[in-house]
Amino acid sequence: MEPILELRQLVKEFPGQQAVTGISLSVPRGSFFSLLGPSGCGKTTTLRLIAGFEHPTSGEVLLNGQDVKHKKPYERNVSTVFQSYALFPHLTARQNIEFGLRQHRIADIDKRVAEVLALVGLAGKESRRPAQLSGGERQRVALARSLVLQPDVLLLDEPLAALDPKLRKHMRLELKAMQRRVGITFLLVTHDQEEALSMSDQLAVMNEGRIEQVGSPQDVYLRPRTAFVAGFLGAVNWIGGVGIRPEATRIAQDGVPDSHRHASGSVTGSVFLGDCVEILVRLDSGENVVAQVPRGSFAFQAGDPVRICWHPDEEMNFS
Amino acid sequence: MKLRSWFLLPSWLWMALLFLAPFVIVLAYSLLTRGVYGGTGPPWTAENYQRLVDSLYLTILLRSFAMAFVATVLCLVFAFPAALFIVRSTNYRNLYLQLVMLPFWTSFLVRTYAWMFLLRDTGLINTALQAVGIIHDPLPLLYNNAAVLLGLVYGYLPFMVLPIYATLERLDPALVEAAADLGARPLTTVLRIIVPLSKPGIVAGSVLVFIPCLGAYLTPDLLGGGRTVLVGNLVQNQFTTARDWPFGSAVSIALMVLVTVLLLAFLRRESETIL
Repeated sequence: MEPILELRQLVKEFPGQQAVTGISLSVPRGSFFSLLGPSGCGKTTTLRLIAGFEHPTSGEVLLNGQDVKHKKPYERNVSTVFQSYALFPHLTARQNIEFGLRQHRIADIDKRVAEVLALVGLAGKESRRPAQLSGGERQRVALARSLVLQPDVLLLDEPLAALDPKLRKHMRLELKAMQRRVGITFLLVTHDQEEALSMSDQLAVMNEGRIEQVGSPQDVYLRPRTAFVAGFLGAVNWIGGVGIRPEATRIAQDGVPDSHRHASGSVTGSVFLGDCVEILVRLDSGENVVAQVPRGSFAFQAGDPVRICWHPDEEMNFS
Repeated sequence: MKLRSWFLLPSWLWMALLFLAPFVIVLAYSLLTRGVYGGTGPPWTAENYQRLVDSLYLTILLRSFAMAFVATVLCLVFAFPAALFIVRSTNYRNLYLQLVMLPFWTSFLVRTYAWMFLLRDTGLINTALQAVGIIHDPLPLLYNNAAVLLGLVYGYLPFMVLPIYATLERLDPALVEAAADLGARPLTTVLRIIVPLSKPGIVAGSVLVFIPCLGAYLTPDLLGGGRTVLVGNLVQNQFTTARDWPFGSAVSIALMVLVTVLLLAFLRRESETIL
């Protein structure tokens, strides 16, 4: 099936810097796709190029197979959920949601608004102004305002960043469920790897204006193609040029299994994380590594000699 | 007395000496009687205020309000797009702001005279039009209501541009992007989003333009050539040629009360509609 959104050799230069340096990308129809990367990696610029707020220096943005280069933001069938939500403060929640429908001269406004209010769980609060809503409710208005237009692609710019951590985790599940229900393609921009891993069907890891890797969450986490991707998606122990995740790094107490590789060192400390414990080990080679072990299964003192081991399948190699 | 109150002392003194005291004096004069030879003295009377309801003076008052209102509307029409343009031109923003304020570097009187040189029968505009043969006889550009209006709008335009600029500058650019993103064309975005959200600036600018226009006497005097009598000229005349200080004071006080009442009513209504 033709991808709903395609980027071809997209370049965006700002005076004195290249924000996006020739990225190509295909976003499958109906998928939840994430652009993940540190701040300044060009992910937000990419989103703005798709929305039409910025003009590419070169390259193409294809929506539904059509080049949208000469289309203004109001002519593109994409909609953005802004990081700050950008709700119109002088309009009620309902008026905010109706705004786009009125621009597109859609007939059954009341029905569509009622549906989307139910979808985002805002029924009963539609006559409030943004200032009278909580942060989570404001985000729901922003989502509803865009979703009600049934865009080809919904662009989400760090939508969860402004929420408190507990609500953020909850909203991840809810966003994902919402996407499944409406079937609209979601393109999420985030710097939070947990967010990208937990919600996406596919994600692209970006760094310095380039795409480092595209794949499923499992792909990029377990088989990162570059050291940057490995390090950005999670902690990495570097042992002799090979990367191993802390949760795959074990402490061999009763001998090393035959299939495993190992290294010896001494404990330098431990960090209690609640659900597990991190044991900090300094290897004889001088490398510092972290082993994540179940809580209460080991008791180590700083200075204790230990041997760590791992399965070769867990090794991440970058040439 | 707390330290904080000491810091406020200069402004209290200023207000008491230069606002409250003159106000009381004017109020007192408005209740006294004009002497035969132009002096002012007892007895106390409300007669000066009763004279105000004369249709002659009511007409002047009404004309002044109409003139100030039209000038304010025209200022708004010119100032809003200008302010929007300045905010949008990120690179030359400061230059344009300086240009808006540039006229303040010369005296208002000098600038008004400059308009007379431009508009009079032998002025630049008429001479130029005659030279190229577009007109034969000079156009009556000076000494009429239109000239007064032109002078007022010219003089007070910056007071409308600057407050609107200030609110537009604080407007979150994401709101404008969001409107476009939701399908609004530029004009719709301006009318439905930008104008409503810059209302505080529009209200402040309107007040700053309307009040001085209402009391203006220099512009109608010079550009109206004495034919356009506004309430400011009426007051001036009472204090100078007519030598009727009590009546001039009464007109001043009445105007002040009227403006204050209207302004409070207006601001009250607006504050209800602003968020």
